[in-house]
Amino acid sequence: MKLTGAQALIKSLEMEGVEVMFGLPGGAILPAYDPIIDSSIRHILVRHEQGAGHMAEGYAHATGRPGVALVTSGPAATNIVTPLCDAYMDSVPLVAITGQVPSTAIGTDAFQECDTVGITRSVTKHNELVMNPQDIPRIIKEAFHIATTGRPGPVLVDVPKDVLQQTMDWEWPDSVDLPGYKPNTKGHPKMIKEAARLITGARRPVIYAGGGILKARAAEALRELAEITGIPVVTTLMARGAFPDSHPLCLGMPGMHGNYTAVTSMQKADLLIALGSRFDDRVTGKVSAFAPDAKIVHVDIDPAELGKVRRPDVPIVGDCRQVIEEIVKAVKALGGAEVQADRSAWIAEIRQWQEQFPLHYEQSWGGDGSDDGVALKPQYVLECLRDSTPDDCILASGVGQHQMWASQYWRFEHPYTWVNSGGLGTMGFSVPAAIGAKVGRPDRMVWSVDGDGCFQMTAQELVTASAERIPIKVAILNNAYLGMVRQWQEMFYDERYSEVYLSPDLPDYVKWAEAMGCVALRVESPEEVQPAIDKANEIDDRPVVVEFRTDSSEKVFPMVPAGSSNDDIVVGPVPGQDVRQ
Amino acid sequence: MTGLLRHHTLSVVVENKAGVLARVAGLFARRAYNIYSLAVAPTDDERFSRITVVVDAESAPLEQIVKQLFKLINVVKITELAPEDSVERELMLLTVRTSGGQRSEVIELVDVYDGKIVDVGHDAITVAVTGEPSKLDAFEELMRAFSIVELQRTGRVALPQLERQAPRLRAVSGKVG
Repeated sequence: MKLTGAQALIKSLEMEGVEVMFGLPGGAILPAYDPIIDSSIRHILVRHEQGAGHMAEGYAHATGRPGVALVTSGPAATNIVTPLCDAYMDSVPLVAITGQVPSTAIGTDAFQECDTVGITRSVTKHNELVMNPQDIPRIIKEAFHIATTGRPGPVLVDVPKDVLQQTMDWEWPDSVDLPGYKPNTKGHPKMIKEAARLITGARRPVIYAGGGILKARAAEALRELAEITGIPVVTTLMARGAFPDSHPLCLGMPGMHGNYTAVTSMQKADLLIALGSRFDDRVTGKVSAFAPDAKIVHVDIDPAELGKVRRPDVPIVGDCRQVIEEIVKAVKALGGAEVQADRSAWIAEIRQWQEQFPLHYEQSWGGDGSDDGVALKPQYVLECLRDSTPDDCILASGVGQHQMWASQYWRFEHPYTWVNSGGLGTMGFSVPAAIGAKVGRPDRMVWSVDGDGCFQMTAQELVTASAERIPIKVAILNNAYLGMVRQWQEMFYDERYSEVYLSPDLPDYVKWAEAMGCVALRVESPEEVQPAIDKANEIDDRPVVVEFRTDSSEKVFPMVPAGSSNDDIVVGPVPGQDVRQ
Repeated sequence: MTGLLRHHTLSVVVENKAGVLARVAGLFARRAYNIYSLAVAPTDDERFSRITVVVDAESAPLEQIVKQLFKLINVVKITELAPEDSVERELMLLTVRTSGGQRSEVIELVDVYDGKIVDVGHDAITVAVTGEPSKLDAFEELMRAFSIVELQRTGRVALPQLERQAPRLRAVSGKVG
């Protein structure tokens, strides 16, 4: 069968089971847009290529299937660099297809030409420039294979315009042949036994669950391991939802803005069982002072993570789900729950921390019907939102204070209900990621929690959401500042606020949202929060934006100052005491 | 070449495809690993090339360098070649001024070092010397007494020593198996 390169490209995507892709056409990719008219694949027309990338990420986060973005050459390719890097940092399976100038024009500084594979080399798991239409099916098949296996990640395929236009003989390869790519999924049996031995004997163990649990679909295995051993679990920012927050063994989020118990239990542990986590600096604080007495069992599909930051006592390369299941078997073989070391003192200590140092904020209420001067606390908004949504609601967050509060105050009960940008910390992630998640899971309620600074970076994608009838809901926590930067300037720069003020009224978020086809609401006092959320939850035929005017002086606590030991965690402002360092 | 102890030689078999050298070089730059020397050439199997790279193990632990290299899809195999277990060779081309009757003296030294005179000018000659890097170091040092006009070294290439290959070849870690 003779096909054009463009037809072969779209057909290859269909063969890979792609149901939806996010993109925006342009000169070099034009040929590929013609067969889309006749394809079964739904194409969602974005307003900016960065949006396409983050939507594909949100889709992948929510569904576990690879997200697909299709954009043109030059500026479109550079616009998608941020999502590629974001996906690389957070191990999100993504396939990006970019148009390229005709192969004969490559290297001539042609119109809309850039060295896409060169630019994206360090932010993709792999990339390829296709020079022969005959190679398209193989390269697309390889791209999906690489993106979704091993440690997932973004793969970019760059296709020159003439390659899309030339004809080829269609043939779909049966298998991939990548001599240099054979991820090891099965853990070493000896190491698994050793891990089980350490786990069984540990008196102060903590399971340090990372995003790899979700990537490996290992939430159930994790739960079994925790329950059979009775070991408490911290879930990192990337692992929120991997273990239910309501579970008695769940300690919540560790790290720079983690809760006291999660942070301190790791510090005092004699054994850390790191599962799909990577000892990120936001978790460890000062590495040399991190969990000083702990032995480390480290399970990761990526061998390079083992020993990158902290040398493990028991390194295990493998797929988290398979390895955890093997560890559970090995623990059972040693005698299971009955032979676990006595941890009653440890659990009692943890319970005491939980009681003594819970997350804390205070929402004051204006009396006498007058709300003037009563500041709305962002945490209160999040608690109301949490209690007014089903527990399988998907929450997509931007980056900054609102992200930390969302992670702290939400109650994640199910995996794949939390979508955020952890590694790269991409402001503007939330709105497009929420759209992608809603496209992937139309049956679920999807809320985006965003800051006013973040919202302004990618809000235009609400036009996409309106046009495509993707009814996401957006909560803007508008504190009129780049809040996290403001917090650092207050605490570490002597309250010298430099270039962080954004204004609560400019832009007018309600008018802006309405102009983009959304229903828009504004909330200024605590009393208005619940009715606005209820109203937003009733709307299901278009996007809704609720602007919450929140207290700009509210800070995220606890906090471990950057570069400090986790032992120096600041739980919160003590009344009458200066929080400045 | 001083401070050899800090340097490790990696023999990296890669797929013979466009852009693979850029991937390897880009990885070193991105992760702030220092390359001491680098030599690339096709192997007997046209699908693969061999990159012999001497890395500075002070800039990062060798294990981490190797693991990050392995993550490149086009990297097929990595072998660490310890100097005592491998055959290492390097080629140097060197043009040295031979005015004032120094020519015979230079030629004598070239002979001692099994070098070849590959070009002769009125007042300069170009010589080629191959050998272990330390031998080239020594020759280079001797030539400094004369006036070196230009000097080019290839960077070392290496293969495991034959008779001891099986027991001594140290695969740092394998993608296969």
